[in-house]
Amino acid sequence: MKLPLIPTMETQQKWRKVWFGKTLTDGLLYKLIIYILLISFSYIYLYPLLFMLINSLKSVDDLINPGVKWIPTVLMWENYERAFEVLKLPQSLIDSTVYVLKVSVSATLSSALIGYGFARFEFPFKKLFFAIMLATFILPQQVTMVANMLIFRELKIISSEWTMLLPAMTGQGINAAIYILIFYTFYKTIPGILIESAEVDGAGQLRIFRSVVLPLAIPSFVIVFLFSFVWYWNESFITGLYVGDKVTLPLWLQAFRASYETIFPPGTPGAELNEAILLSGNMLTILPLLLLYFFGQKLFTQSIDKTGITGE
Amino acid sequence: MKKSSHPFKKFFSKVWHTIRKIYLQSVRPFLAKINTLLRHNFIYRERNHQVILFSFIRIRITRRLRHALYGYLFIILWLIGIAFFTLYPLGYSFYLSFHQAYYNLQQGVVTTFVGLNNYLNIFRSQTLVPLYTNYVGKMLVAVPIIIVFSIIIAVLVNMPIKTKGLWRTIFFLPVIISTGPVINELNAQSAITLPNLQGSGIYGYIVNNLPSLLADPLTTVINSMLLILWYAGIPILIFLAGLQKIDPSLYEAASMDGASPWMRFWKITLPSLMPFTGISIIYVVVSMSLFVEPGGILDLTRTHMLVGAPDSAFWFGYGYAAAMAWVYFMLMVLLILGFTRLTREKRVKQL
Repeated sequence: MKLPLIPTMETQQKWRKVWFGKTLTDGLLYKLIIYILLISFSYIYLYPLLFMLINSLKSVDDLINPGVKWIPTVLMWENYERAFEVLKLPQSLIDSTVYVLKVSVSATLSSALIGYGFARFEFPFKKLFFAIMLATFILPQQVTMVANMLIFRELKIISSEWTMLLPAMTGQGINAAIYILIFYTFYKTIPGILIESAEVDGAGQLRIFRSVVLPLAIPSFVIVFLFSFVWYWNESFITGLYVGDKVTLPLWLQAFRASYETIFPPGTPGAELNEAILLSGNMLTILPLLLLYFFGQKLFTQSIDKTGITGE
Repeated sequence: MKKSSHPFKKFFSKVWHTIRKIYLQSVRPFLAKINTLLRHNFIYRERNHQVILFSFIRIRITRRLRHALYGYLFIILWLIGIAFFTLYPLGYSFYLSFHQAYYNLQQGVVTTFVGLNNYLNIFRSQTLVPLYTNYVGKMLVAVPIIIVFSIIIAVLVNMPIKTKGLWRTIFFLPVIISTGPVINELNAQSAITLPNLQGSGIYGYIVNNLPSLLADPLTTVINSMLLILWYAGIPILIFLAGLQKIDPSLYEAASMDGASPWMRFWKITLPSLMPFTGISIIYVVVSMSLFVEPGGILDLTRTHMLVGAPDSAFWFGYGYAAAMAWVYFMLMVLLILGFTRLTREKRVKQL
């Protein structure tokens, strides 16, 4: 075996081909740059989450010690135990899940009906209504909330779940325009022949909707349900205003400091509220959504195509 | 297993059959009777594709009319909702914004007309005007950053790389977990700023050399850089969908003619993504504006509505709160219009 000490033209060219490729875009260097960029961007995205996870496990000494940044010296699972207790966890999780389920299921069902009405039938003022429906996406709830508060007060449903349920049932809830749009674009893709043949067979419009369209629309139902679940779960401002404090888990988190002090009164040795406990409360709050996301992440990330907002 | 399930099956089928029997024998005929009664009475009758109302109004039911009726039937929920929960509140809060309004237990809402005073009070306010200018400035800086950033990421993810799904999952994650209290907590822990950016010379330069009207938005953007980039989640997906619609033969033709990847990006990728910037901008502006930060305008609006004591010196009633929200909404619409106008003009130039 004789290895060439001085690189010949051939090996030089070979290496150049590996690094730069034929057209630069298929070389190793190019790929390396892309991966480095992607990894650094995803570091930006994951940094708050990692920060939360690591700091929630730190002890008080680690929090103060500037030498400890990413790897805590001891894992304080106690933080989580305390946060669990302060958030009243099993019960509050069940309560908020039941509440959000109610609201998001009604939002999903109503937008399925409304989307079908817009997609399948021609009626006077349809274009106007559709434009108004899309415009409600831009309209912040804050503009209407003054009057809505007064309406709910008149209806005597203030600080009850109905304040969220009624708008959700009538297609006016949070981001309702997006849900209706998802269903609308889906119904537009159903071939008209399918529905016409059902019509010829003597099915009424309601029957067609129930037996032909609904079974086809199940994927859209799942997507809309997931999104509305997440968005209603995250909406703490409107929920806190209309329904009341401590309805959903994020609202429990908002009151974390106050409820911590009632459970562990200040002055008790070793029970001071520190950042680690607060952050473990945060982790526990977003944990259900994280689980939901990792099981259904394909549905979430591929749904944008299905909204059809990119179609124009 | 089979043996134990057998009696259950038997039991349930028995129950099911009795229910079915009761339904078929007594409930269904009753329903049918009601149905015929509803279709054949004095007020409403159906005969020969005609609807007869009160025996003298005859309406021919055409296919078009029936379709229109069914259309309204499907969207009737929405019609009720838009009237009660959107259009009426919109009009009412507009009306309130010109009035001084208080809630009185005996009389309900008491309003007195004050003209434009609520709006003037907002512009006179020492605390509100900086909040509004800061909001507009922050938007002007942040929205282009988000759009550029999301285009870059979308292009990167769209390249022939492995584990595409993983990257997509990571970049969409903030949409799922960004709930108000969590972000506020992260904000309090200063976990949403890039440490290097804040420590660098730029930060000090901005604070020392620019007037506060310009410096404040810039510093807020720098301070919450991560949070701002978090809003790129949905725009990234929109741009990705847009990228996938570009015909690959365009790129092939361009590289045949000797265009470098850099050139191809500017001449093919960016122009084809232009139509998608409009919807992304709308999404970003809306979702950024609707985020309620403590001490922000939306938070103040809420306080003005909820604090009940009318004699309190800082409380100006529902009218003031409504006016605050309306100014905010108007600024938001102006921002959206301005940004979308900007991208549209660019597109015309390139054509």
